[in-house]
Amino acid sequence: MPVDETKRRALLDAIVETISAHAEELTEIDAAQGDGDHGLNMKRGFTAVMSKREAIVAKPLPEAMQEVGRTLVMTVGGASGVIFGTAFMAAGKALPEDPTRADAAAAMDAAVAAVRARGKADFGHKTMLDVLGPVAKALRDPAADIAAAALAAAEATAGMQAIRGRASFLAERSVGGMDAGARSAALIIVAICSAMGDRA
Amino acid sequence: MKKLINVPESVLAESLDGFAAAHSDLVTLGEERKFVRRARLTPGKVALVSGGGSGHEPLHAGFVGHGMLDAACPGQVFTSPTPDQMMAAAEAVDGGAGILFIVKNYEGDVMNFDMAREMETGRTTEAVLVDDDVAVEVSTFSNGRRGVAGTVVVEKIVGAAAERGDDLAACRALGERVNKATRSMGVALTSCTVPAAGKPTFQLADDEIEIGVGIHGEPGRRRAKHSNADTLAQDMVTAILDDLAGSGSAPGSALLLVNGFGGTPLMELYVMYHAARAQMEARGVTVVRSLVGNYVTSLDMAGCSLTVTALDTEMAALWDATVHTPALRWGI
Repeated sequence: MPVDETKRRALLDAIVETISAHAEELTEIDAAQGDGDHGLNMKRGFTAVMSKREAIVAKPLPEAMQEVGRTLVMTVGGASGVIFGTAFMAAGKALPEDPTRADAAAAMDAAVAAVRARGKADFGHKTMLDVLGPVAKALRDPAADIAAAALAAAEATAGMQAIRGRASFLAERSVGGMDAGARSAALIIVAICSAMGDRA
Repeated sequence: MKKLINVPESVLAESLDGFAAAHSDLVTLGEERKFVRRARLTPGKVALVSGGGSGHEPLHAGFVGHGMLDAACPGQVFTSPTPDQMMAAAEAVDGGAGILFIVKNYEGDVMNFDMAREMETGRTTEAVLVDDDVAVEVSTFSNGRRGVAGTVVVEKIVGAAAERGDDLAACRALGERVNKATRSMGVALTSCTVPAAGKPTFQLADDEIEIGVGIHGEPGRRRAKHSNADTLAQDMVTAILDDLAGSGSAPGSALLLVNGFGGTPLMELYVMYHAARAQMEARGVTVVRSLVGNYVTSLDMAGCSLTVTALDTEMAALWDATVHTPALRWGI
C-alpha cells in the first residue's frame, strides 16, 4: 500500500516538529563545536518546507522527499543545507511509493553515497554520515530498533575527532561533544520511525 | 549583546537595503535580495560572481563595481549563500563571455557553488578557489586551507583583467596564479558575537589571543598570551613568508594587506602595518603595494590578519588599474 497523503503529512509534520522543538539544543551543541547556528539554519529550512506543506504532501512519497530536499538546499545555506538536502533528494529518488524495510535500507544507502560524494566525507569524520551509516545497517536487521540505533549513533560522535565540518578546525579540541548534524539526522530518523510506526 | 540592530532576524535584510540605497550609483539589489549586482553591466566581459556568508563586510558586496565583481551573493551571517542565489546572480550579469565564480575554501561555500555550477545549464562557468590561510596545516585529513582576506586581492586583480577583456580561461588561470602567490594569517584579540546567537562565539581571557584564527572566529594554530604588535607581526610574517618560500613563491616585491576584523581601530592596524613591513624588509622583501583597513571582517571581532601577495609586474599593474566599488576605489 503506498504511503498516502495523510501519512505523508504526518511524516512531514513529525520531522518539522522535532527540528523546531530541538532547535535550541542543536544550536548549543553546534556552539561548542562549530559556530552555533545549526538549529537556526535547520529551522529556517523546515519553515520554508512548511510554507509549501500541502503542495509537498500532495506528491507521491519519492517526489515529496525530493521536494523537501530541494527546498532545504535552496533555503538553509552553509554546508548543512546542501548535505541534508542532498540526503533527502537521494533517498527520495531511490524510494518506491510503497517502501518496505528493505527499500528504506536501499534509500539510506543512496543517501549515504550522495552525502559522501557531495561532502567528500567518510564514516568516522564526525558528521551526519555517522548516523546514516548505522541506520542503514539497522534497517537490514529485522530485530533492530532503528530509532534507538540512530540516537546511539549520534551520541557516539562525541568520541570522534572532527575531520570534516567547521569543528575540524578544533582538531583534538573537537573530541567530547556530539556533532550537531549527526544529532539532527538522528532526530529526523526518530521522527520518521514514529510517524511510520506501523510499517517499520 | 549590545548591537546597533533591531531584531536579529532582520539584520541582513536591513543591512542589504541600506547598502543598496547608500551606493545606488554603483549597485542594484537583486530580487528577494538574492544578490547585489553592478548598476551598469559591460556586455561581452567575463562576469565575476562571488559570495559567502554575511558578517564579513565589505566582502563581498562592497567589491561589486567597475574593476572588480559583477555580482555578489550574501548568505545569512557566517552561512554560505544557496545555489539559487548564485544561479540568479549568474543569470543577471552574464555578458556572454562566461561566468567566473570566486569561492573561498570553506566547505559550505564550496558545496553550494559546486551545486550551482552543476545545476547551471547553458551557461559557461569556471571557478577559482581561494585558500590563502597558512594557519591551517595542510593534510589529507582536513578540508585544506581556508579562504580569507587574500580573496580581496584575487577579486581585485582578476576583476581588472576581466575589465581589460581577458577571456574566461585567462581570468581563471590568473585567479589561480594570484591565489598561489598569496598567503594570510590572522590573530583574534576577542571573539565576535553572531546576532542570532547573542553571545560570543568563543571565550578568550583578557590576556589571551587566538593565533591563526579564521574569519568566523574558528580556532587556528594555538592560543597564546598576548604580547605586543611587534612580536605578533614577527610571528605572522614569519609564518607567511616561510610558507611562500616553501612553495617556491618567495617574493622580491610584495603587496601587504593589513586587514582589520571589525573591532580594532585603524590606528592599531597601522601599528601592525609598520611592524609587519619592517619584518618583511628585514627578510629582503620590498613592499611595493599596500592596503590597510577593514576589508574582510568577522563582525565585531578584534584583531587583524596579514596578507602578502608576491607581485609580478602584470599583477602589480592590474592591482593599480581603475576600481570603482563601494569599498575600494582608485584611479577614477
